[in-house]
Amino acid sequence: MYKIITKKSLNPTVTMMEIESPLVAKKAKAGQFIILRVDEEGERIPLTIAGVDPVRGAVKIIFQIVGATTEKLNHKAEGEYIQDFVGPLGMPTHIAGMKKVCVVGGGVGCAIALPVAEALHAQGTEVTSIIGFRNKDLLILEDEFKACSDKLVVMTDDGSYARHGNVTVPLKEMLDAGEQFDMIITIGPLIMMKFVTLTAKPYGVPVTVSMNPIMIDGTGMCGGCRLTLMQDGKRVTKFACVDGPDFNGYEVDFDEAMSRGRTYFDFERKAHEKACNLFKGV
Amino acid sequence: MPNMNPKKNEMPTQEAKVRAHNFNEVALGYEESVAVDEANRCLNCKTMPCVSGCPVNIHIPEFIAKIREMDFEGAYQIITQTSSLPAVCGRVCPQETQCESKCVRGIKGESVCIGRLERFVADYHNRYSKEAPEVPKSNGHKVAVIGSGPSGLTCAGDLAKKGYKVTVFEALHLAGGVLVYGIPEFRLPKSIVQKEVDTLKALGVEVMTNVVIGKTLTVDELFEMGFEAVFIGSGAGLPNFMNIPGESLKGVYSANEFLTRSNLMKAYKEDPDTPIMKGGKVAVVGGGNVAMDAARTALRLGAEKVYIVYRRSIEELPARKEEVEHAMEEGIEFRLLTNPVEILGYHNAEDPRDPKNGSVTGIRCIQMQLGEPDQKGRRRPVPIEGSEFDIDLDVVIMAIGTSPNPLLKNTTEGLEVNSHGGIIVNEAGLTSRVAVYAGGDAVTGAATVISAMGAGKVAAKAIDEYLLSK
Ligand SMILES: Cc1cc2nc3c(=O)[nH]c(=O)nc-3n(C[C@H](O)[C@H](O)[C@H](O)COP(=O)(O)OP(=O)(O)OC[C@H]3O[C@@H](n4cnc5c(N)ncnc54)[C@H](O)[C@@H]3O)c2cc1C
Ligand code: SF4
Ligand code: FES
Repeated sequence: MYKIITKKSLNPTVTMMEIESPLVAKKAKAGQFIILRVDEEGERIPLTIAGVDPVRGAVKIIFQIVGATTEKLNHKAEGEYIQDFVGPLGMPTHIAGMKKVCVVGGGVGCAIALPVAEALHAQGTEVTSIIGFRNKDLLILEDEFKACSDKLVVMTDDGSYARHGNVTVPLKEMLDAGEQFDMIITIGPLIMMKFVTLTAKPYGVPVTVSMNPIMIDGTGMCGGCRLTLMQDGKRVTKFACVDGPDFNGYEVDFDEAMSRGRTYFDFERKAHEKACNLFKGV
Repeated sequence: MPNMNPKKNEMPTQEAKVRAHNFNEVALGYEESVAVDEANRCLNCKTMPCVSGCPVNIHIPEFIAKIREMDFEGAYQIITQTSSLPAVCGRVCPQETQCESKCVRGIKGESVCIGRLERFVADYHNRYSKEAPEVPKSNGHKVAVIGSGPSGLTCAGDLAKKGYKVTVFEALHLAGGVLVYGIPEFRLPKSIVQKEVDTLKALGVEVMTNVVIGKTLTVDELFEMGFEAVFIGSGAGLPNFMNIPGESLKGVYSANEFLTRSNLMKAYKEDPDTPIMKGGKVAVVGGGNVAMDAARTALRLGAEKVYIVYRRSIEELPARKEEVEHAMEEGIEFRLLTNPVEILGYHNAEDPRDPKNGSVTGIRCIQMQLGEPDQKGRRRPVPIEGSEFDIDLDVVIMAIGTSPNPLLKNTTEGLEVNSHGGIIVNEAGLTSRVAVYAGGDAVTGAATVISAMGAGKVAAKAIDEYLLSK
């Protein structure tokens, strides 16, 4: 059992927790993730590590309440316990030696992008961050990004806060203006990462995307997390949990990943409704 | 006088029509009187050919003699001199290619049913023996075991009995390895595995779940933490795919994923938290135990039709004979000498948002015939040109084998593996690293419970000798 040390609501649908797990806290690097189960009957879900405090043995996770499991997790209080917590899984984001990087985060993906931006900043990389949200209410981590970015652009889809539009708009402006990034690192919804990649392509800037497919074990045992890369004209299968979660954006078959991501769409919707009703006491 | 009936005693089973819809154990086990009757078929041969067929050389005629004397606990004690998991092995060993294939009675009739007798003895012990295991005096040495499958559990148990302080590190949230995530309840009830794990804990073994060695901790860190030897029993969990078009469609599973969802994640229960595709038409590609388990699981989850698609003929099916028979009785259709060339998917060109886009609709196969024998003497299947045909499907499960996971190799400097990814060991289980031992599927590639258990025993003995001589 793993204790919830702190819990904080970042916005109506996004919650931050610190979980007590000294071994993970000691090892984790930016870009890695954990897998947790809320209770004995629970499913295993992956969540990216949003930060660690090795001294307190605390691992920070930030999650959007999108399904039954995140709903149940959100109903746990500070001081309570979750059943299982394993990590750090996956490969850390490759950041060594980079001088200037653009970090593009979308929605709750910003929670995953933040530790990467922080790690870049800490090693002296010049960091430009572009973070986008559907609207003002869903904005998270603006101050945290400000603290680790040389330049920060905030976007909302509906214009209810900061600049109006998609994250690709300022990205294209910067690339047009001749900004030279060693790398664009993008984390968020698949459709956003696909368009960030397409935007960067004409300029030849390398793009790293962080994939978040359905997972079970997270150790390479089930293959459920597989995705397809196009390498030298050949389709190559990779397991996101061990080979990733970061991949070269130009190689990823995003359409296939989006399709696979919807495998259990109906099941998840029904399970979420049920969990909501349960908590409402219906 | 021995019982000279050429036929073995039938195993009582749940009726095929009934069991096809539930997850309860299929084979129900011998009654006492039947066990004694079967034991009477044993001739107590001086040369003991059966023993040479057993990978761990269980003293077979001796334990069968105890059954004849109705000393069932005595029989159990004889088995456990050489085997640690008799309740498991009695259920899942491929006896027809091991001990029973060598049995003298098999020459002019059916062999003695050694496996069923082993299971009977183990179940008898589990039901009636109440004594808690004696916790041995500690010898002060610490050993780490990686993985809680049959090899790890056995190695841990043998060392704990000698007084070692053993910690088992398991990546998943539950101990048992393939026995809990792979082999289904209807073939191996999970309570049996749990009992083995509980017995280990009672012996003082600490089981730490949710620790991935190579990620959470490394082998080198285990030594820094004061462990003096390490046993790697990490299995062969990495699923293989065929690399044919369509393998990433929605509805294509590796057998590991399908079985893990059903077994470990309990998707077979009513209203589970973990989803799995149920119902429809299902094809399982492969012919081993894993394929049989996946097919029979799909059937029990409510599939209207289940196929086994296998590229060789019935003679070459590597699965246990009993499982093949059970699968056939349950109505699973075997498409033999058949090999998939492509998995077909749904694609609505008019509506890219159609939720069915990217789902499996079928499989394109080619008919095979058996050609020349390969190095192993198995006749090689060759495709018959122009014989392609399609089968309509909703789910395809790939059960074409697994390989050892490269995680430990990649994170442990100096740990050597062969071209298949199997860890290289000497006859005592020692790897290329000092004080690091390995065994089971991590060494051999996907094999059997009994060989994994045997490897755990060999390594435990070697670790004991090594640490005592240090
Ligand atoms: C569906 C299925 C049916 C089978 N049926 C039969 C049968 O009928 N008869 C038979 O004899 N054999 C059968 N087998 C094969 C048999 O189960 C295996 O040969 C046996 O379990 C191997 O044991 P093991 O101890 O080597 O590894 P496993 O049982 O594979 O256990 C390895 C354990 O190590 C853990 N692990 C892996 N890496 C790490 C790490 N880095 N850190 C921590 N933990 C780790 C894994 O999570 C796992 O729990 C079957 C296998 C499957 C998949
Ligand atoms: S070979 Fe058969 S008959 Fe002979 S001792 Fe073994 S089990 Fe008994
Ligand atoms: S989550 Fe199972 S292999 Fe990646």
